[in-house]
Amino acid sequence: MTPNNAIGVRISDDALALACGADEVAAAFVAAGCTVERVSSWGMHWLEPLVEIDGEGFGPLEPSDVAAVLAGASAKAIGRIEDHPFIAKQQRFTFARAGKTQALSLDDYAAHGGWHGLAKARELGPEATIAQVTESGLRGRGGAGFPAGIKWTTVAKAAGTQKYIVCNADEGDSATFADRMVMEGDPFMLIEGMAIAALAVGAHRGYVYIRSEYPHAIAKMEAAVRACAQLVAPFELEVRVGAGAYVCGEETSLLNSLEGKRGEVRAKPPLPALEGLFGKPTVVNNVLTLAAVPWIMANGAAAYAQVGYGRSKGTMPIQLAGNIKHGGLFEVGFGVTLGELVMTVGGGTASGRPVRAVQVGGPLGAYHTPAEFHLPFDYETFAANDGLIGHAGLTVFDDTVDMSAQARFAMEFCAVESCGKCTPCRIGSTRGVELIDRIRAKGGRQPDRVEALPQMHNARKVERSLADEITLLEDLCETMKFGSLCALGGFTPYPVLSALRNFPEDFGADAAKEAAE
Amino acid sequence: MERLNQIIAAHAGREGPLLPILHDVQAEYGHVSEEAVRAIALALNLSRAEVHGVVSFYHDFHAEPEAKPVLKLCRAEACQARGVEALAAGLAENHRVKIETVYCLGLCSVGPNAMVGSKVHARLDAAKLGALVEALA
Repeated sequence: MTPNNAIGVRISDDALALACGADEVAAAFVAAGCTVERVSSWGMHWLEPLVEIDGEGFGPLEPSDVAAVLAGASAKAIGRIEDHPFIAKQQRFTFARAGKTQALSLDDYAAHGGWHGLAKARELGPEATIAQVTESGLRGRGGAGFPAGIKWTTVAKAAGTQKYIVCNADEGDSATFADRMVMEGDPFMLIEGMAIAALAVGAHRGYVYIRSEYPHAIAKMEAAVRACAQLVAPFELEVRVGAGAYVCGEETSLLNSLEGKRGEVRAKPPLPALEGLFGKPTVVNNVLTLAAVPWIMANGAAAYAQVGYGRSKGTMPIQLAGNIKHGGLFEVGFGVTLGELVMTVGGGTASGRPVRAVQVGGPLGAYHTPAEFHLPFDYETFAANDGLIGHAGLTVFDDTVDMSAQARFAMEFCAVESCGKCTPCRIGSTRGVELIDRIRAKGGRQPDRVEALPQMHNARKVERSLADEITLLEDLCETMKFGSLCALGGFTPYPVLSALRNFPEDFGADAAKEAAE
Repeated sequence: MERLNQIIAAHAGREGPLLPILHDVQAEYGHVSEEAVRAIALALNLSRAEVHGVVSFYHDFHAEPEAKPVLKLCRAEACQARGVEALAAGLAENHRVKIETVYCLGLCSVGPNAMVGSKVHARLDAAKLGALVEALA
């Protein structure tokens, strides 16, 4: 029998693994005399804390399971991790190193293909680098899906010598954690991507704006930036920490925040590409966009563009979250259907009850029903079906969900997080909460004292029925959608209207129909 | 006051120094006092109103110190789908701990989740959450 100290145990030190008790499990292995290496997470979250010994996986482990694992008699053995269906089905470009390397080891990074992209970009020069990114078809992974190559070209051609690269790591959407996993698991990849962007557009300074709810990601990124400063020079990079404002994930609001102002949205134009941070030409890209670049440079634009669906090229790190049996990170080429993701890969709900709704794209994304499971995961397809893929987070709900409560929450969230700059978002969201409350109470509404005044010529003088209230809600959503300055107010109608259209029974549709008859 | 000036001086040369200063002041004193707002405004050549506007905009900065220990409970959609609302409703009232709502800790596949300081906790049920709150009180 091998002595325990010869056994190399690999356990993730990602925040999610820590939250599930990875430190305690690691300590138990150390106490048993094993050598423990803390690596990035494989992304199989239902198995965390996941332990890897000679390629074999065990999870989810508790400290009390350690003896059985070392004795070779653990009931929590899952076989070879790389052969696990959840991993084997993926096409991991951005997450190629996930689970395999130590986040802050420069040696690990270099040994697993790191810095090849930057070397290639240095060899090709700025113009050819931008051409590669353009040809790869890479689009903004933050949600807007704007072609990265076009944005970079705009910044490269903009006048001025002072330009910035800003990485949007303000991952505030519920159901998304891919940015966090990149920063905590493979921070040098993100830095390499930013260094390539800097070289391509002629920038010398960059900022990574990380939300304050991610203390582990902040610590790792700061350490990584210090460790590789020489390797990316003359590019200088700094980590900045957000302060709890969801809206700062919107690019112009993020720029204001970086400048030390209130995180209020700016009107566009001017585009940040021309007048961004401190009024200078600025590339603002999401973590996943920048993290995809080293792979594209190292392997060629054609290899990336070969994968995907329609105009959505390459792979997307999809995040399976909420009430799902096999939650985690699943990177795959665009085109996989929603049903495959939720049922085949995700295994349905964690509660074992039927799936009722899937919200795609975070708090501003639409609620879809199992009837839409045939939809391929692609920017255009979801847009054509009154939805969006956003940052590719999926939140699964079982049949106990009350969709009118979810619609109310969407409005409430918008009211809490609105920056206050534009009226449809600031006030519309509050009126939306009140309106949905009345709909949920199944009541209509009598004219109030102000509306009843004789000088209020345009105010309605008769009672509003439930059906009238629903029409009013749809009207309010139209106003917010087309009248708001940014996606917060503009996209809040997606969850509200999709809940209303796909689940009318939760909004008292039957009662409204009866009343009308 | 001396510590406050040190914090300001440490960041004064940076681009956009206000948020880093406010973070350090909040961490050092537990809040951003009127006195601190004055000193920061003076050092950065801003009006007090501008600094106050920034302090009041962000959830992380507080004008008054928080006397009780804080537990941040995620109540965003993914945690809702995993039952956080029932958990929050069933939480016994505790006057010694402040339960703050946070929207998303990025652990959306293993909720309900909470954060105390920088330590994160996942897969909470009534017993685990109760124990966390008790440990703080």
